[in-house]
Amino acid sequence: MRKLVLALVLAALLVGGTLASALLGQLPVSTADVVGSILRALFIPNPWAPDDEVVESALWFVRFPRIVMAVVVGAALATAGAVMQAIFGNPLAEPGVVGVSSGAALGAAIAISLGLSMFGDYAVAVLAFAGGLLATLLVYLVSRANGRTEVVTLLLTGIAVNAFGGAGLAFVLFATSTANREQIVFWQLGSLNGSLWREVAVVAVVAVIGVAAAILLGRRYDLLALGERNARHLGLDVERLRLVSIVIVALLTGVGVAFVGIISFVGLVVPHLVRMILGPRHRALILFSAFGGAVLMLIADLLARVVVSGAELPIGMLTSLVGGPFFFFLLWRQRRRSGGWA
Amino acid sequence: MTGAAVLSARGLSVDLDGREVLRDVSLDIVPGEVLALVGPNGAGKSTLLSVLSGERTPSAGMVTLDNRDLASFTPLELARRRAVLTQENALSFPFRVIEVIQMGRSPWTRSAELAEDAAVVAASARAADVEHLAHRRFTELSGGERARVSLARVLAQQTGIVFLDEPTAALDLRHQEDVLRIARSLADEGRAVVMVVHDLSLAGAVADRVALLAKGSLVAVGPPTEVLTAEAVSEVYGLVVRVIDIDGRPHVVPSRS
Repeated sequence: MRKLVLALVLAALLVGGTLASALLGQLPVSTADVVGSILRALFIPNPWAPDDEVVESALWFVRFPRIVMAVVVGAALATAGAVMQAIFGNPLAEPGVVGVSSGAALGAAIAISLGLSMFGDYAVAVLAFAGGLLATLLVYLVSRANGRTEVVTLLLTGIAVNAFGGAGLAFVLFATSTANREQIVFWQLGSLNGSLWREVAVVAVVAVIGVAAAILLGRRYDLLALGERNARHLGLDVERLRLVSIVIVALLTGVGVAFVGIISFVGLVVPHLVRMILGPRHRALILFSAFGGAVLMLIADLLARVVVSGAELPIGMLTSLVGGPFFFFLLWRQRRRSGGWA
Repeated sequence: MTGAAVLSARGLSVDLDGREVLRDVSLDIVPGEVLALVGPNGAGKSTLLSVLSGERTPSAGMVTLDNRDLASFTPLELARRRAVLTQENALSFPFRVIEVIQMGRSPWTRSAELAEDAAVVAASARAADVEHLAHRRFTELSGGERARVSLARVLAQQTGIVFLDEPTAALDLRHQEDVLRIARSLADEGRAVVMVVHDLSLAGAVADRVALLAKGSLVAVGPPTEVLTAEAVSEVYGLVVRVIDIDGRPHVVPSRS
């Protein structure tokens, strides 16, 4: 019942957000234009489809790729967060907080500065993935004790990894050419502006695979909540599950970071809200987190475009603006419940 | 002995950081029997339990399950043969009690046993007296309640061998008795039960055989009346005790005169 209501609310927000996002912009477009154009693309002849070439290309080359990018990146980041929380056995784990994003960013920056982007979008994505994977492995190896990760250790590890990633990024900026520097800085701020269909395709493929794999592993994540020993006694190959999950997290975070920049807290806020509404079972949690992440990114992008008229805010800044206080709230609540952390 | 051993340990030794925690222990686990592992703190009871359950690999010696090396079993194969009640009752996320018990069924997913899930979960919850908690959040429960839910989860696993690591530790008197009754009925159904207990009288009351450990070695193994003698217990624990026989069961009381 709750699932149905949540699904309907999210679906309504997704459709509404998509429509609003398609309508907004310098070129005035009507609702009929949007609906008609989509129907025509689906080979359904209709009287509303716009005849104006300019409207048609604004929709299909500027606004739609951006909308789809927001949806797939949001789904990828929220899923990465949910998976990370499951394998760390800690609800505060999140790719941005523990440094996976900055590892991925360093990888992507190296790819850009070496001019690898000439070899296509996959080169940047592959290096972002590699950076994210290294960072995740590092955090995983350093911060775990007895199969659990204490909050303090996790956050301290995150600080160290973030600092290292930031330093690496600074060095790349320092060493690279002016043109590359501009490209890196611009990209690092995080923006969905100028998303291209071929980039969207890369992210979409990875997001679909990653989310599907995470949902399939959902029941195993449930067992992991019992602790490493108990999960193993129930027949779970804990180490293998963790390694597969780390690859999933690095993939999902890596592609998101490679094409949109660092966007923090989506992976923290969304799974938490879903857990509050639906409970902690991971199959539903991951599915709805993906859904919710898509909606959140879509709305955040919408806000980024309308809050300051004539200009566009970096979307990464917006999510952190909401996510930061939410993170404080979670820390406060956990602290009040357990009286601090050992 | 009721029958042939299902699990056999031969010459088990475990070294931890150069310290010999277990020394040359050989033991048979027999279906239809409750075996109690007793001994002072640090005697190696929990280590022995973890080796027998396949969690820890011994430094020397071997454990066989149905005449097959325990180390050759996959985690899932093991999970269908034996269940382990640990003393770890933490849960990372606030699952409901019923969901936690259902997790005990997970080794049987995609198997013919799947159809029985609901009935097994209900029966396990009833046996551990946690039916009334079914829809509470596990993370809100008291220590004793958590221990009972974990026991229900272990029962739901429905395995031929059941390991219980101090199953009575956090429980009140009545629920301690419940655990003994459960252990007894598991054995009567033909399962092998191995439990670590601190309370010697409790061990004497429920066990068919008692294994007394001291400093990593097996001192004696056999029926309670033979193992739990005043001399043996006084010697191993370094404390003068009296053993009182009540209805053929030894009760161990420290000599406080």
